Amino acid sequence: MPVSLLWAVDVYGRVYSLSTAGQQWEQCRNSQMEFKRVTAAQTCCWGIACDNSVYLNVHASDLPIRYQEDTYENQRWNPVDGFSDRLLPSDRWQWSDSSGLQHQPLNGFQLPSSTWEWEGDWHVDENLEGEPTEKEGWTYAMDFPAAYTKDKKWNSCVRRRRWLRYRRYKAMDTWAKIPSQQTTLPDPFSDISCGGWEISEEPGGRLSLWAVSLQGKVWFREGISHHNPEGSSWVEVPLPGEVVQISCGPGDLVWAVLWEGQLLVREGISRDNSKGTSWAVVESPNPEVGAIHVAVGMNVVWAVTKDNKVWFRRGVNSHNPCGSGWISMVGEMAMINVGLNDQVWAIGCEDRVVYFRQGITSSELSGKTWKAINVPRDGDRSHSSASASSLHSAGCFFSGEVRAPSVASDAELDIEHPPGDGAIISSAVLEEEVVPGEGEVNVLSSDAITCTQSGGPPDPQWSNVDLEEAQIQHVQTGAVPDSADSCSLSSVATYTLALEDQYGADEHPLWAWVSGGGCSVDSHSQLNWFNSMLQSVQSMSLSVSPAQTAAWRKQIFEQLTERSKREMDNFRHYEQAIEQSVWVKKGAMQWWRDWKPHKWIDVHFALEQFSGADGNKDGILFIYYNYHEEKKYLHAFINEVTILVPVLNHSKHTFAIYTPERTKQRWPIRLAAATELEMYDWLALLSVSCCDSRGIQGPPSKQAIWSITCKGDIFVSEPSSALEATPYPTPCDQMFWRQVGGHLRLVDCNSLGIVWGIGYDHTAWVYSGGYGGGFFQGLASSTDNIYTQTDTKSVYIYENQRWNPVTGYTTRGLPTDRYMWSDASGLHECTKTGTKPPSPHWTWVSDWAIDYSVSGGTDREGWQYAADFPASYHGFKTMKDFVRRRRWARKCKLSTTGPWQEIPPIQLSDVTILPCSAQSSVDVVPLWAISNKGDVLCRMGVTLLTPAGTSWLHVGTDQPFKSISIGAASQVWGVARDGSAFYRGSVSPSAGDCWYHIPSPAKQKLKQVSVGRTSVYTVDENGNLWYRQGVTPSYPQGSSWEHISNNVRKVSVGPLDQVWIIADKVQGSHSLSCGTVCHRLGVQPMDPKGQSWDYGIGGGWDHITIRGNSMEPSRICLSSMTDPSPQAPRSPLPVRSTESSSALNLTM
Amino acid sequence: MADDKDVLRDVWFGRIPTCFTLNPDEVTEREAEAYYLLLPRVSYLPVVTDKVKKHFLKVMRAEDVEEMWFEYEGTPLKWHYPIGVLFDFHASNTVLPWTITVHFKNFPDEDLLHCSSNSVVEAHFMSSIKEADALKHKSQVINDMQKKDHKQLWMGLQNDKFDQFWAMNRKLMEYPTEDGGFRYIPFRIYQTLSDRPFIQKLFRPVSPEGHAHTLGDLLKEMYPDALTNDGEQKRYQVLIHGIEPLLETPLQWLSEHLSHPDNFLHICVVPVPTD
Repeated sequence: MPVSLLWAVDVYGRVYSLSTAGQQWEQCRNSQMEFKRVTAAQTCCWGIACDNSVYLNVHASDLPIRYQEDTYENQRWNPVDGFSDRLLPSDRWQWSDSSGLQHQPLNGFQLPSSTWEWEGDWHVDENLEGEPTEKEGWTYAMDFPAAYTKDKKWNSCVRRRRWLRYRRYKAMDTWAKIPSQQTTLPDPFSDISCGGWEISEEPGGRLSLWAVSLQGKVWFREGISHHNPEGSSWVEVPLPGEVVQISCGPGDLVWAVLWEGQLLVREGISRDNSKGTSWAVVESPNPEVGAIHVAVGMNVVWAVTKDNKVWFRRGVNSHNPCGSGWISMVGEMAMINVGLNDQVWAIGCEDRVVYFRQGITSSELSGKTWKAINVPRDGDRSHSSASASSLHSAGCFFSGEVRAPSVASDAELDIEHPPGDGAIISSAVLEEEVVPGEGEVNVLSSDAITCTQSGGPPDPQWSNVDLEEAQIQHVQTGAVPDSADSCSLSSVATYTLALEDQYGADEHPLWAWVSGGGCSVDSHSQLNWFNSMLQSVQSMSLSVSPAQTAAWRKQIFEQLTERSKREMDNFRHYEQAIEQSVWVKKGAMQWWRDWKPHKWIDVHFALEQFSGADGNKDGILFIYYNYHEEKKYLHAFINEVTILVPVLNHSKHTFAIYTPERTKQRWPIRLAAATELEMYDWLALLSVSCCDSRGIQGPPSKQAIWSITCKGDIFVSEPSSALEATPYPTPCDQMFWRQVGGHLRLVDCNSLGIVWGIGYDHTAWVYSGGYGGGFFQGLASSTDNIYTQTDTKSVYIYENQRWNPVTGYTTRGLPTDRYMWSDASGLHECTKTGTKPPSPHWTWVSDWAIDYSVSGGTDREGWQYAADFPASYHGFKTMKDFVRRRRWARKCKLSTTGPWQEIPPIQLSDVTILPCSAQSSVDVVPLWAISNKGDVLCRMGVTLLTPAGTSWLHVGTDQPFKSISIGAASQVWGVARDGSAFYRGSVSPSAGDCWYHIPSPAKQKLKQVSVGRTSVYTVDENGNLWYRQGVTPSYPQGSSWEHISNNVRKVSVGPLDQVWIIADKVQGSHSLSCGTVCHRLGVQPMDPKGQSWDYGIGGGWDHITIRGNSMEPSRICLSSMTDPSPQAPRSPLPVRSTESSSALNLTM
Repeated sequence: MADDKDVLRDVWFGRIPTCFTLNPDEVTEREAEAYYLLLPRVSYLPVVTDKVKKHFLKVMRAEDVEEMWFEYEGTPLKWHYPIGVLFDFHASNTVLPWTITVHFKNFPDEDLLHCSSNSVVEAHFMSSIKEADALKHKSQVINDMQKKDHKQLWMGLQNDKFDQFWAMNRKLMEYPTEDGGFRYIPFRIYQTLSDRPFIQKLFRPVSPEGHAHTLGDLLKEMYPDALTNDGEQKRYQVLIHGIEPLLETPLQWLSEHLSHPDNFLHICVVPVPTD
């Protein structure tokens, strides 16, 4: 889980944040201002300062917020001047937008506010839909408006070119004032709440911001998005009453509290209407005592009534935002806030401590207990104990505001009569514990008042006096605080100075407001917030310096080695006391039998392990079965097993065992255990056994080949030096793969041992140097370097409908139609209730929601239309459409362990690491990546010791990228979203200076690129593999694309220019295999394209990287072998997709 | 750097080269040759001395044979202590191989327990494990195991099967992360100066203030004499599995990695050799 922040304001108005990994509140130093309230999102924090203005603090990110402005320069040809800016009167503006309707001269572009800056000057765009244009970027047409081409023809009468300029948001990590709209905002804001980032699939940055003014009006901030973090304007939202406070959840929940104590629920909030349409009223939990505060999350509503009681609303969700009833909760709180994952924070009404609600899970949304967050604040030592004492008085001021309705509702009226409510405040004070003040009290509490005047008396002078009086009474009356008589100021100093020593260990800060909207924790999170004293041994050993840790550990390692030497080395010839014997483990399993009809049959399974002659452990697997009443068995030698693949689904706990022979046949031994636990026990045992027999132990080597299945399982193989040998390499099907814990979508590495991975949720991970994790426990796993890893992905199902003339679109299809709820193919029924997460490891974390981000587009309700099933769908209805479908998505989450550490916060879609030769000594390793928004990033500070690097450097591009690869000569190739390629030279040590645009192969859109030492390979969207011809040192961009193969999913080119792919539709002797690891044979310096494919493990493989393997093959120089007769090229055959049900297919 | 797993392996595969000689008082038909064997440090004498017995029985008459027992330099060796502990306690700093005298009569009833068969050792071993788990997890882990799991622990030790033993033993070494360690550390301190066979008390891995206790903390509380004060000559060696861990080594880590298969951390405090 990435590190995120909990935000809070103390009663002084100082803003603090607490990191989920931290143990101390950090003060937000750069604010000159005191704040009344803050509301946080993951990317930013909004606040109301005591000048009543709204401020925005956008968290600094290595990824800048930049916005592309563009405009078009239009010209027309005339016989005299040629092309010139003299246009016809009927023509468009000389400078216009793309449509020609808007006049847009270059100097007409202004920065939206002082928080923006220009990133450079205007420049011409020389790219037309993936095709490079001439140097000046002109595109030609016969007339406006028309289709433009990059070539000038005889009839090209007009031309235009696109100018680009970027502006960048510069107010990062600082409180930037949102300019106020004098005309529309008559009164200052008193409350603010942001949320709503889940209602659309738009990537981070879009949010809804709601505010309440002192007069009880509600305002909505329009236009907040990633490119416009400040939003554009405030819009008033009509109300049935006057609101005191509002809360907006991450989704579509918005609740507000009325002056009178009822609650308002916003209805009609949707993807298209983030403001909602109407209000519904919900009565206060207690008819006698009105609500004073409300907090909403994704699926929860919490409220506080005026007597500080806490309430939880049952049955709240998107379809029923009002919920069904209140449940009274334990605890008395001043305010409550719901953060991410529906986690809850509150501030105690008596002690002003921030509480965290423990035990909140998706199934138990109300949690279990309140737990006080007990961590120091930075600089706690620097401000004297005096502050703590006077803080208390300010805290009382707050509790007065929250608790007594009369104060709250009077506050506005009191503007003219500020002294009026002194008595009420003091009565509130008197309920508090005895807290003596101190000499500094005057100054400090006036601070407190200035920052906390929201809703209260606006004249700090007056309230200041009131408060002090309250405190004085309080102090004087001591243990019997029932008298509200006023008394003199002078007594404060004398009395309190005497009591100075009473402040000690139990002093704690007093909090006024907390916001968890940016704080990502869940019930699994390990938080160090609750007892700053206790540290576990593990965290101890983490916190002590590595050198210290090493001292005692190293001592033990050294002494043990020494002991073995001393006690055993000279006595090896002695007999062992215990003779080694055979150890057998048996179990009952089911086996997918080899003969037809294939089905699961009960078998006995046994693993016999013994020590081989050379001391190596070995073993044999036996499967005992009955064949026509006759007892038979099948066996496999452990040292022949090449891979063990878990294939877990909801109905069966199965795994597959491959040997080279079975890899060739595409027909593994498939076994099913009775329980998931049993399956993993067996897998772990077999895996250890296989590794033992091959003498493999510990973490993968630096040369290791990494691959990932379509289930996200990670496998690693140790290459032999003969793997890339010519002419006789190690056959691919003999490679031994072992599993490594964790869950990834792709991985890249280099021969220095730097390995990065990206999860399905685009989180970046760096390999920690451990091994094991996941179901590997105990001996098969390292103790250090194993961390929790989570991943999230969406499951999709389709709702299908057919049109009939009577009722329009209905759920009744033709008898021949697909299921009305189905998977993408329409062949399998998938209902909302019947669809399960991909395996028992995954749990649902959201409800079904319409997915609008389908290729082809959708209408407002998410429907896509077509003439008939199956067909190509479009996002609008035409006369010829008779069927429609829409996609529903539901998120599920997996939590596992593995040797991976998260690299927050930027989400990635691709990553590449400089391939090095085995001997090379590079200090800083170039590592490039693509963010999930398509930005090109370069990681700084990646070294052998710090493989995670330090920060990102953003590299500008004119369009988003989707794939990137760096070659050994520090050349970077990228594929842009339009399917064309870009080249950038010498990116090390600087990041290079410019991109060269390289068009894609004719009529193809490129998808992925991989660059080795010099070879450049790409894969297009139709599965074709292309080799870049003519790449030379003087012309590194190359000259043309050469087609190598079809049915290719992914390519990885290594530091020796070796080529490996994931291929589809590979034929085996038993069945067909999709997603197969293939190795290009015959690749040599003079023949970088190679000759044929060798097939390895397959059936659901998704990704491979061989960029770590820089082991030069041993050269065989026998003259008779130098000219091998080339094998007939075996291209992955284009076999029609006849699904063979017997094949092991991980996607099932 | 090596992994902590390697420590477990090194501990398990620790061997002491031993020379067994027959007590000269025994009546033999012909002269008995010495017998040389590598004894596993973590095992028990009766478990690993079948071959020794067979060897010496060849030269003896059946009627002269009573229960076999072992002695080192006049001290009968208690079979219910792990072999490594016996060696570290009695014979560390001596020249290898370790010379053990084998007796077949005059069983010292006052010093040794009788051991009629390996099942007695098994019972002793299992009761140690149960005692250790009572200290570590209030017996919750060991009680959750099935009979065959208990058997697996014993068979692993008896047959020197590291994987078999640790496949089960790792469960006994787990603890909730938030606790920072076991409830109490099962340990025994053996010392030469007292009549008590060993010190065994309740001791937590983490102090009330939340600091991880170290080996030094344990000794300071249990046996302060073992520690060397400033300016003093070192008087005692603190041996675990024949090595001297630094006193700042966290006790929890030691318990997880340097415990014997019976799940106790056996600590020997022996005088520094004078020469």
